[in-house]
Amino acid sequence: MRCGVQSCRAGLAALAIAVSAGVAAADPVKVGLVATLSGPSAVLGQHMRDGFLLAVKEMGGTLGGQPAEVVVVDDELKPDVAVQKVKGLIERDKVDFVAGVVFSNVMGAVVKPVTGAETFLISGNAGPSTIAGAGCSPFFFSASYQNDQNHEVLGQYAQAKGYKKVVLMAPNYQAGKDALAGFKRYYKGEVADEIYTQLGQLDFSAELAKVAAAKPDAFFTFMPGGMGVNLVKQYRQAGLAETVPFLSAFTVDETTLPATGEAALGFYSGAAWAPDLDVPANKAFVAAFEKEYGYIPALYAAQGYDAAKLIASAVKATGGKLTDKDAVRAALKKADFASVRGNFKFNTNQFPIQDFYLVKVGKRPDGKVETMIAEKVFAEDGDAYADKCPMK
Amino acid sequence: MTRFAQTLGLPLVLFLLLAAAPLWADTFTLSLLARAMIFALAAISLDLILGGAGLVSFGHAALMGIGAYGVGILMAEGVSEALIAFPVAMAAAGLFALATGALSLKTRGVYFIMITLAFGQMAFFVAQSLSAYGGDDGLSLAARSLVAGERWLRGPLAFHYTVLGLLAAGALLCGALLAAPFGRVLRAAKDNERRVRALGLDPYPYRLVAYGIAGALAGLSGALFANLTEFVSPAFLSWHRSGELIVMVVAGGMAAAALKAGGLGRPGSALLGALLVVLLEEALSDLTEHWRIVFGPLLVLLVLAGGKRARGGRT
Amino acid sequence: MSTTLVLVQVLNGLQLGILLFLVAAGLTLVFGVMDVINLAHGVQYMLGAYLMVTASAVTGSFWLGLPLALAAALVLGLVLEWLVIRPLYGRDHLEQVLATFGVILFVNEGVKLVWGAGPRAIPMPEALSGSIRLMDGLNYPVYRLALVAAGLAVAGLLYVLVTRTRAGMLVRAGASNAPMVSALGVDIGALFAKVFAFGAMLAAFAGAMAGPILSVEPGMGDGLLILAFVVIVIGGIGSIRGAFVAALLVGLIDTLGRSFLTDLLKLVLSASAATQAGPALASMTVYLLMAGILIFRPRGLFPAPA
Repeated sequence: MRCGVQSCRAGLAALAIAVSAGVAAADPVKVGLVATLSGPSAVLGQHMRDGFLLAVKEMGGTLGGQPAEVVVVDDELKPDVAVQKVKGLIERDKVDFVAGVVFSNVMGAVVKPVTGAETFLISGNAGPSTIAGAGCSPFFFSASYQNDQNHEVLGQYAQAKGYKKVVLMAPNYQAGKDALAGFKRYYKGEVADEIYTQLGQLDFSAELAKVAAAKPDAFFTFMPGGMGVNLVKQYRQAGLAETVPFLSAFTVDETTLPATGEAALGFYSGAAWAPDLDVPANKAFVAAFEKEYGYIPALYAAQGYDAAKLIASAVKATGGKLTDKDAVRAALKKADFASVRGNFKFNTNQFPIQDFYLVKVGKRPDGKVETMIAEKVFAEDGDAYADKCPMK
Repeated sequence: MTRFAQTLGLPLVLFLLLAAAPLWADTFTLSLLARAMIFALAAISLDLILGGAGLVSFGHAALMGIGAYGVGILMAEGVSEALIAFPVAMAAAGLFALATGALSLKTRGVYFIMITLAFGQMAFFVAQSLSAYGGDDGLSLAARSLVAGERWLRGPLAFHYTVLGLLAAGALLCGALLAAPFGRVLRAAKDNERRVRALGLDPYPYRLVAYGIAGALAGLSGALFANLTEFVSPAFLSWHRSGELIVMVVAGGMAAAALKAGGLGRPGSALLGALLVVLLEEALSDLTEHWRIVFGPLLVLLVLAGGKRARGGRT
Repeated sequence: MSTTLVLVQVLNGLQLGILLFLVAAGLTLVFGVMDVINLAHGVQYMLGAYLMVTASAVTGSFWLGLPLALAAALVLGLVLEWLVIRPLYGRDHLEQVLATFGVILFVNEGVKLVWGAGPRAIPMPEALSGSIRLMDGLNYPVYRLALVAAGLAVAGLLYVLVTRTRAGMLVRAGASNAPMVSALGVDIGALFAKVFAFGAMLAAFAGAMAGPILSVEPGMGDGLLILAFVVIVIGGIGSIRGAFVAALLVGLIDTLGRSFLTDLLKLVLSASAATQAGPALASMTVYLLMAGILIFRPRGLFPAPA
């Protein structure tokens, strides 16, 4: 799929022409946006795409003063399809940047074809440890986070809170194992049980019975997408919500809250951003996003928005000369844009150094449910893999 | 003439088109065609048992995935030579097919579909739990395989003709097997097992051998697929992919039958199916995000329009 | 692991089995009677859930929404039968697979266009939103008990329908020899249409009932379709009784495997090896069960008379 809807590509181009009348003869900046837009996880890709396109629209269809052309492709959450699509972006569409990518297994597949072709890859979400560490690349920048960090927030919180005994649960795949490892990096108390569930599991009653039997002080889980919706509902229905605090990452957010609703009230998550984060750029972003699309943006939308702003900053700093890769890289590294997350700068591995918060699901005055900042857990936090990256 | 069209016309035309493709295609189109040809090899191997013997395997992607992991794991362990890795991949997939086939072939019809799914799912979950090789995140290949120590698979042209050559070899092998007495026993057992038994022939060993050969060829396509994407992932083994392969074979058979140029159980038709499905998906997804809303009804129409003619394959 | 925990897990397994039975019953009925492999059964389950999302939102009530959603599903079932399934009677299974696969693609994309890509919810009916205390710290929602009761009721109803009524007799007769029944003056086409629409409604009922505890999202029927096929194959195609037994078996084995396999493995393996192998094996138990049963009984537990 080129551009969410064909008209969107055409629309942007038209916008760009209208605006660029005043801009001196410019080649359009071409960005390939890779997002998961089919299957049950499509909503994550949709948030990211909408966030990215909103930023481009707000800048009048330009990126850094140059007319922008955004080609949106659907990776279908299949690594080989993603490879095929990015080859098309690079070899046929000749894009200057590839941005987006929701899932780590897709990122693992596309990082080589993109960076190997000396094209800049700006992650809008996935941040696997290999790319943050030994596999880092001068052509890879993360506008999101390193996967472990959000889990570390909860580990640190559980430790600081003095919880003596916890039960951990994640799907049985690499990201799930990484999640529990991230939590345990900061949590030093007793782990009564580590439960690995099947990917795509529907019913969690068996696991919840085990949680109740272990009588922990807190429960930590990483259960993305529809699995998270099922778990949150069933956790509440089993009565565990009243007795065992629910700590999570990527489980309760604005993509799942429309389905869980008030069942998730009071549940905790860890993130570098929440819709109510008190930063001027963020207030404007959330208001514009809700007006444009009619739903509350999630983390993925904020990161997509920032990715577009980051690219714009680099285009502007280089005056649109995108063939000078060193100059573009230097410009990207400055992260000279107003992030919706406030504090934002790049580490040596070109992943962000940013603040992380404990967020809690609450009700807005208008009755809608969203995640809200509860407390800052890490200030200016870099990830644990940066020193394994040979880049300085 | 009709007989010629039914046996050789279609594959000949398709192979000539594929051989001439580098004359006009850019590197992206070549990689798209490579993807289509690799799926075609897998589809042809599936058609050997599906069209030839009436055994619908719903676990064929697992065989392909085993081949891909064969290349990926060997490379992670320092063996990049295709002349070693590809035969190993084929042997691994072939042996897996023989072992699971020995059990699966006790069943028929939908029960066979489901038991092959079961073995495919087991392989999928094993791949997912291979933490040392990336688990669910998959495994990145350092580079494409070497051939006799040379790196020429990296060139798009060399890769194109390598895949094309292996695909042609696979198609010839399957075509020859199906035309030989071996294939006649398979088909006869598919139409009327009792009569074959009455002739004193036990179809079981024939089916098992066919299943093993199909497995090895699927393994080869997996080895090529790993080289194309330079990445292997448990997603390669998922039942969705097995379903896609069945769709390619059946759609190809029906389309070829509608053109009076083949049908199920003919390598040329499976080749046509794979090319049609891969290229149509790419073309439609270029038009709209919601391409499946067009592609789904197209499949339905193909079946409805195919009608009785679909039986025009080998009888 | 205490006895209470084991009992609770057995209950959980039975409940999962009942949900599977609700989906599998329609599938095995359509397959057994009409000899049609209907891959679209999974999207009919999903449509049931989505129709229920809308119906319960429009009427503001679970109980008013349910019959509306079921009626809509019934109509859609009739439409699908007329458009796609009817021309496929007597055709090769593979052609049915291809056509109904096309239906899956269409409907999965269609619900995304109509209801959006994000997960949706069906509110739990007020009357059933309570819970009972099963063990220390764990409540069991009354709704889940209602789900079990509904599943048992459907099983009983199907049994009576198929074995005790004239319609059931025709269905059984049509399954074993359709031309003969037709020659006796029964409109076999109309009979098949009714059976298919009834199967669609059963799937939609499962989807609508699962909605309050599960996430309603695009593609939610795909994984369940595979499990439903596992169930009907273990049970023996066409056998409602087989589907019931197999659904409970699959539900129990899967739940108990997830609950206790890792702990059991720890008795024979090192802790780290057990946490490696346990979850992977637990994911496979259902398939191991199916492969094992088919190796020894190639036509399932309750094969239909040939």
